[in-house]
Amino acid sequence: MTRNSIGDNIHGSEILLPVASRYILLTVFAAVLLQLVPMPRFVAWVWPDFVALLLVYWGVFQPRRLGLVSAWLLGLVMDVADASLFGQHALAYSVLMFGAIFLHRRIRMFALPYQIAHVAVMLIAQQLLQLLVRLVAGAEFPGMVWFAASLTGAALWPVLVAVLKIPLQQRSNPDDV
Amino acid sequence: MQATPTPIFKRGPSLHARLAFFALLSLILLVSDARFRYLESIRSTFSVVLYPLQRLAGLPGALLGRAGDFFVTQSSLYRENESLRHEALQNAGRSLRLEALEAENGQLRRMIDSRLAPDRTPQLSTILYESRDAFTRKVIIDRGGAHDLRPGLAVIDHLGVLGQVTRVFPFVSEVSLVTDKSQSVPVQDVRSGLRAVTFGLGHDGGLELRFIPVNADIQNGDVLVSSGIDGTFPPGLPVAVVSNIERNAAFPFARITCKPIAGVSSFTQVSVLSAAPDLPDNPLKKDAPPTKARKPMDREQ
Repeated sequence: MTRNSIGDNIHGSEILLPVASRYILLTVFAAVLLQLVPMPRFVAWVWPDFVALLLVYWGVFQPRRLGLVSAWLLGLVMDVADASLFGQHALAYSVLMFGAIFLHRRIRMFALPYQIAHVAVMLIAQQLLQLLVRLVAGAEFPGMVWFAASLTGAALWPVLVAVLKIPLQQRSNPDDV
Repeated sequence: MQATPTPIFKRGPSLHARLAFFALLSLILLVSDARFRYLESIRSTFSVVLYPLQRLAGLPGALLGRAGDFFVTQSSLYRENESLRHEALQNAGRSLRLEALEAENGQLRRMIDSRLAPDRTPQLSTILYESRDAFTRKVIIDRGGAHDLRPGLAVIDHLGVLGQVTRVFPFVSEVSLVTDKSQSVPVQDVRSGLRAVTFGLGHDGGLELRFIPVNADIQNGDVLVSSGIDGTFPPGLPVAVVSNIERNAAFPFARITCKPIAGVSSFTQVSVLSAAPDLPDNPLKKDAPPTKARKPMDREQ
């Protein structure tokens, strides 16, 4: 059983297939896996937060499927994986998901460059929140490079939008009939 | 696949209410983790769930490394073999002398009736990945509570002290590197014998010595080894090299920065040393409630 409102399947001029729950699960699984890939620190600085990016994607395009609960739980998972403070990612992702769902109608209407700008601001906001939490807990500011991951993440948005809709495209062209 | 229509009326709490609820929940988690460390069991549950994923994510890199091993050229193997043989010859003499010295040392220690410093058996382990948390310097290793690790154990590599186990999960553990901001190691200057404590600076190439007077006998290039007075790190392991000293008469202490000797950002093989024996009681704390460490001594009396 899927819960779709009709508008959620319209991407620009295209009408996509309803999204299966297991497809969402698969993408979440892939995003968590991408976050766990071992890498040297200088790569980690610019490595986009795939989980956050995916949460924005599903929050914008399927706001009824992934909500704050999943964002919060995924945040806890990332807290353990990153060995950060418990609740740091959970808080940031909840706020991020709120932003995505709150703005989803607006973001969907925009052209890609404006979408990227929105995503960049949301990703930076959630990183800012994480930074704030850590500063309060007594850590030192790691430098402006901290925000690099948000910019690469936002730059990846068009790729994400293009790739994630491939399995959802209609097999046959409805105009052919 | 059957799509059911969206309910006309929105049900459940509003988006704002849900955000407030989860934000509050996160804040409670944050405070209880940062202040009281109540949540280690939840953390360890999540870690068990994550463990297979972590192994899976590391697989491509490991396979690539193995493929790289396969294509190593014969000449480079030959060269490595040669240098290893050379090293082994050099070490042979030293290790023979070490055995004799160890025997003699044991005898002397028995004579003065002190506790024998037992061998601290190392446990080989592999670094799974560096923690991506930008505020700390930690690595995750592939040994955990299931392999008898516990928080506080010293971790070294073949060059020197790497850090300390700070959190243990069933199958993996977190190691705080010596460069972590919260990590400190008691050290001794090899040249002058000066005792000090290194503190991590929180970024990759750095440690510092705090509270060293301006006129202390310390120079650039001095090697600092662990002094062992903490009972955690065995004495004599290289920790850092002094890289910069700022002596400013306006301040009571010199600003001394050091570079870690161990490969804090390069190697993948580390060894975890088993726990140090219980230290004798602090004579100044006679009135303190009895601790575990006191029990064996009570029996001796």
